[in-house]
Amino acid sequence: MLDVGRHPNIELMAYCEVEGLEGEAGDFRVSVRKKARYVDEAKCTGCGACTEKCPTVVPDAFNEGLGERRAIYSWFAQGIPSTHTIDPDHCRQLNGKKCGICAKTCQAEAINFEQKDTLVELNVGAVVVATGYEVFDPSRIPEYQYQQIPNVVTAIEFERLLSASGPTGGHLDRPSDLAVEAEIEALEKKAKKGQKMLDKFEQKYETPSAQFYEAFLKGAYDGDEDRKKWAQKYEAQLEITRPLEALKKKAEGFDAAKKLAFIQCVGSRDFRFYPFCSGYCCMHSIKEAIIAHEHEPQTTSTIFGMDIRAVGKGFEEYKIRGGNQSGVRYVRGRVAEIVEGENHNPVVVYEDTREQKVKSEAFDMVILATACAPNKGVAELASVLSIEINRFGFFQTDPARPMDCTRPGIFVCGCAHGPMDIPESVAQASGAASRAAQVLIGSELRKAS
Amino acid sequence: MSEAKNASGEIPEHLRIGVFICDCGSNIAGHLDCPAITEYASTLPGVVYAKENLYTCSEAGVLEIQKGIQEHNLNRVVVASCSPRTHQPLFQSSCAQADLNPYLFEMVNIRDQCSWVHMQEKENGTEKAKDLVRMGVAKAAFLEPQEDIEASLIRRVLVIGGGAAGLSAAQSLGGMGLEVVLVEKDALGGLLNRINRLAPHGEKASDRVSELVESVKAMPNVTLYSGARISSIDGYIGNFEITIDQGQGNQAQEKAGCIVVATGAVPLSPEGLYGYDKKTVITQMELESLFLEGNFHAEKVVMIQCAGARSSERPYCSRICCQTAVKNALWIKEQNPAASVHILYRDMQMYGTEKEQMLSDARGVGVRFHVYDPENPPVVDKGTVSFYESLTGEQEDISCDLVVLSTPLVAREDVADLSQLLRVPVDQNNFFLEAHAKLRPLDFATDGIFVCGSARYPATVEEACSQGIGVSSRIATILFKDKLIVSALVAEINPETCVGCQGCMDMCPYGAISYRPDLNICEVNTILCKGCGCCAATCPSQSASLKGFKPQQVLAQIRGL
Repeated sequence: MLDVGRHPNIELMAYCEVEGLEGEAGDFRVSVRKKARYVDEAKCTGCGACTEKCPTVVPDAFNEGLGERRAIYSWFAQGIPSTHTIDPDHCRQLNGKKCGICAKTCQAEAINFEQKDTLVELNVGAVVVATGYEVFDPSRIPEYQYQQIPNVVTAIEFERLLSASGPTGGHLDRPSDLAVEAEIEALEKKAKKGQKMLDKFEQKYETPSAQFYEAFLKGAYDGDEDRKKWAQKYEAQLEITRPLEALKKKAEGFDAAKKLAFIQCVGSRDFRFYPFCSGYCCMHSIKEAIIAHEHEPQTTSTIFGMDIRAVGKGFEEYKIRGGNQSGVRYVRGRVAEIVEGENHNPVVVYEDTREQKVKSEAFDMVILATACAPNKGVAELASVLSIEINRFGFFQTDPARPMDCTRPGIFVCGCAHGPMDIPESVAQASGAASRAAQVLIGSELRKAS
Repeated sequence: MSEAKNASGEIPEHLRIGVFICDCGSNIAGHLDCPAITEYASTLPGVVYAKENLYTCSEAGVLEIQKGIQEHNLNRVVVASCSPRTHQPLFQSSCAQADLNPYLFEMVNIRDQCSWVHMQEKENGTEKAKDLVRMGVAKAAFLEPQEDIEASLIRRVLVIGGGAAGLSAAQSLGGMGLEVVLVEKDALGGLLNRINRLAPHGEKASDRVSELVESVKAMPNVTLYSGARISSIDGYIGNFEITIDQGQGNQAQEKAGCIVVATGAVPLSPEGLYGYDKKTVITQMELESLFLEGNFHAEKVVMIQCAGARSSERPYCSRICCQTAVKNALWIKEQNPAASVHILYRDMQMYGTEKEQMLSDARGVGVRFHVYDPENPPVVDKGTVSFYESLTGEQEDISCDLVVLSTPLVAREDVADLSQLLRVPVDQNNFFLEAHAKLRPLDFATDGIFVCGSARYPATVEEACSQGIGVSSRIATILFKDKLIVSALVAEINPETCVGCQGCMDMCPYGAISYRPDLNICEVNTILCKGCGCCAATCPSQSASLKGFKPQQVLAQIRGL
C-alpha cells in the first residue's frame, strides 16, 4: 500500500467511482466521479485532530460495526491516502445542524463543507478491474441464526475481534458479553448524571440520599415539595443502579471465548446461494483458529467442513500443524443448524460421520466462514465497461487468456475474477499489469510507425 | 565533506548539523514536549540549527529543510519524526534537491518509538525522544557522503523451461518488446504434450500447445533453444552470462538481464503403491496417454486420490490431482455413459468456481465419490478395490477393470543442480522457494530471478499461464528502466586486512561475496549486496564493514546514549 502510495508513476484516486468508458484499447476515455470528501486532499495531512474532536459517533464499518468511529474519519489507521473524509449521512453540519468543530480544529484549514462531487476525465490505454468481492450475508441462512444468536459471528467479524488494533484489542470477548458491557457503560453514564443531581440535594440538606429516603418513606417530610422531588430523583436513580449492580455482578463472571467452532461453506457450495467453492475460507478458518490459540493457549477450535481444502503451497502442512499444535479439530460434515443454549452459547447440531450419529455441542462462539460473493455493483460496472459476467457472477475470461476480459484492453485480477487467495491474486495482478503494458507498448509502436 | 572523515574518531570541527523535530500534528506533539526536544537538540555538539515543524513531510516542512540547508550552510540533516520506512526517501530526496548528499541524512523515529508507545507518559517519552535525538546527532557526525551505485542492464531475458508457464512468460515478455531466450530441454509444451483435454471446458490440450508455441515462434525477438540445457550461469541482475549446452558438444553463449525459472514438475511414479503395474493399475498421466492413443477401453474404473501425497513422506497436497481425476472421469462418462467411475478421496480439492461446478457435474452424470480413511487405505487386489467408506462406516468392495492412481506432481530430480547454478533456494518439498509466500509469489529473494508455474508449486494450466504472464511484468519493472540504480549502503571488504578466510561468504544470504584465489581475499558484489551486514558482524579481522553502519558510526550512536 505504501509503495503504491509513494510511487511516482501512480496517481491514486481513492473515494472515486468509474462512471463511463469510451474508446478502444490503447485509447480509452474514462469518466471518474470524485466523490466529495468535504476535506481538501491537498491540504489534509491526516493528523486526525478533527476525528478526536468530532462529537458524532458512528458504528465503524471497517470494524464490522463492532467498534465506533466519528463522522469525520479515515477508513482505518495507516490507510493510504491518509486524507480524512466526512461521512455526509452522519455529519451534523452537512445535515443542517450547528457544528463545524472539525473546521475549527483543523490547523491545515482542509475542511470544506461546500465541496461537491466532481467528474474527472482520464485518457488511458488499458483498464485493470480489481474490484474484489463482498462477504456473503449469512442472515439469509435461517438455520444458522446469525444476528439472532449474538455469539454467532462471521469470519471477518472474528478477524476484527482477533486484531490487536481491533475493537477488543485482540481479546476474544464474546459479543453477548460486549453487549452487556456496553449496557453497563450506558447505565453508568446515566447513573453519574443522576448522582450529580442527588449530590446537589445531599449538599443542600447535608444528608446522604439513602438515609434521607428511609426517613422520607416513614413520612417525615410530608408536604415538603422539594424533598419529594429529591425522593423521586432517588427512586429514579435506584431504577438505574439496581440493574447496573446486577449487570456488573454478571459481568464479573465473563470470560474470553475459549471453545470455538468454525462452520465452512456458509453460502458457498450451496445451491440456494452460491454453488461455487470460495477457495480461501478453509485456510482462513485454520489461520483464525491458530491465531486464537496463540493469543490464548487454552483455546480449542473445531472446524466443520465437507472437505478441508488446503490446496496452496504449505497449506496442508499448516492444517496439520493446526491440528497437532493449536488445538484444532477437523470434523467432516455440514452443520445442520445452530440453536441458542445456556449463557448465550451457540449449540451446533451436526452429524458425526465417523459414528453416524446426530450430535449437538455447545461452543463459546461460532464463526461462519462466509462465501466470497460477487460485488453488488458488478452488473453496473460490467455495463459501464461493456464487459461480460460469467454464470457465477464474476467477470468473464477465457482460460487461455486468464486476465483478459471480453473487451480488448480491459483486464481483471483477484477476486473480481473469481474466489482466490492472496498469492494467486498477487500473481494475477502482476499478470494483468503485464497485459495492460502490452497494450500500451503495442499502441506506442503503432503510433511510432 | 572531508572534514567528516576524522581518523581519530573525534567529532570533526566543521560540522554543521540541522535538526528538524516534527510535531506530526498532534501525533507527536500531543504526547511529547516538542519545543523542549527542539531546544535540547540545539545544544547538542555540532548542531547549528534546530527547528520544530508542524508537519515535516508537508510541502512547507520540506521547504524548511531546504531553507535550513541553504541559509545555515548545513552539512548534516537529522529529522526526528516518524518511520524511516515511510518517509526517509522523501527527506533524502529533499536534501539532494538542496545539494546536500542524501547519505548525510539521518532519521530518528520519535513517533513510533516515543509518542505512540509512551502515550500516557509525556515526561518519560520526551526524555526518551531527547536520548534518541542525541544518538541520531552523534551518528550523523560520522556520516559519509555516498554515491548511488549504477549498473547497466541487458534488455534480454532467459526463460528456463518451455511448458505452459515458460511459454506464457516468453509470449508476454516478447509482447512487451523485450528480447527473450527460451531454453527447453525436451520439446516445447512440457506436460501439456501428454494431456488429452483441459479442464474445465474440455478444450484439446494439443490445440493450446500449438497456439502458444506458434505465437512464441512467430515472435522475432524470441530465440528458442529446444533440446538444450543450461550448463553455467554467472553474473547478477542486469548482467547474467549463460552457457547453453545444445548437445553433441555444441555450446551457445547468451547474456540476459533477468532469468525466469519455469522448469515445471513431474508426476510421481508410484512404484510399489496399490499394486501399480502400468497395466491394470496406472496413473492419471498414463490414463491421459490411453485417451490420446485411443487405447482406453475400460468400463469399470476406480480412481484413488492422494496416491503418494499428503503422507508423512510427501506431506503436501498437489493441488491439481482432484480436478484431473474429475476431468478424466467426466471424459470417460462422456465417451461411454454406461461406464462406471468411482473416485476414492480424502478431500475433493475443487476450489473456485469452475472446478466445483465440474464436481457437481460429475455427480450429475453418475460418477461415484467415496471418502476413504488414510489410516486404513484402500487395498487393490485382482480387479477389486476394497476400502472402508468412512461416511457410511461400511467396508466396500468395488470390482473394476482399471485402477487409476492420482499421483502428485513432484519436483524434478535435477532441481538441486539448477538451484545451485542460480544460487536460489528450494523448500522442504524441493519446489523453488519464492521471496515471500503472499506478497512476492513470483520473485526470488535474489534480484533479477523469478519463478512461475509448477516449479514453484503444482499449478493448473491456467494458473501457470497467469504466473508466466505475471513474471513478465515483474521483469518489466527492472528492464524498462534506463539503468539499474541500487543503494550505496552496501558492504565493503578491506583488501589490505582480509585474510581470505571466507567466513563472510557462508553468512551472506544473497551470494554477494566471492573469493579471489589469486589475491586470497573476498570481494563484495555491490549490485547483489543488500546491506544486511551479516558479513561485517562475522568477519574476524574486521575487514568487512557496511557503509552507513560502520563501527565508528554505530559506536558514536551507542555512546551517545
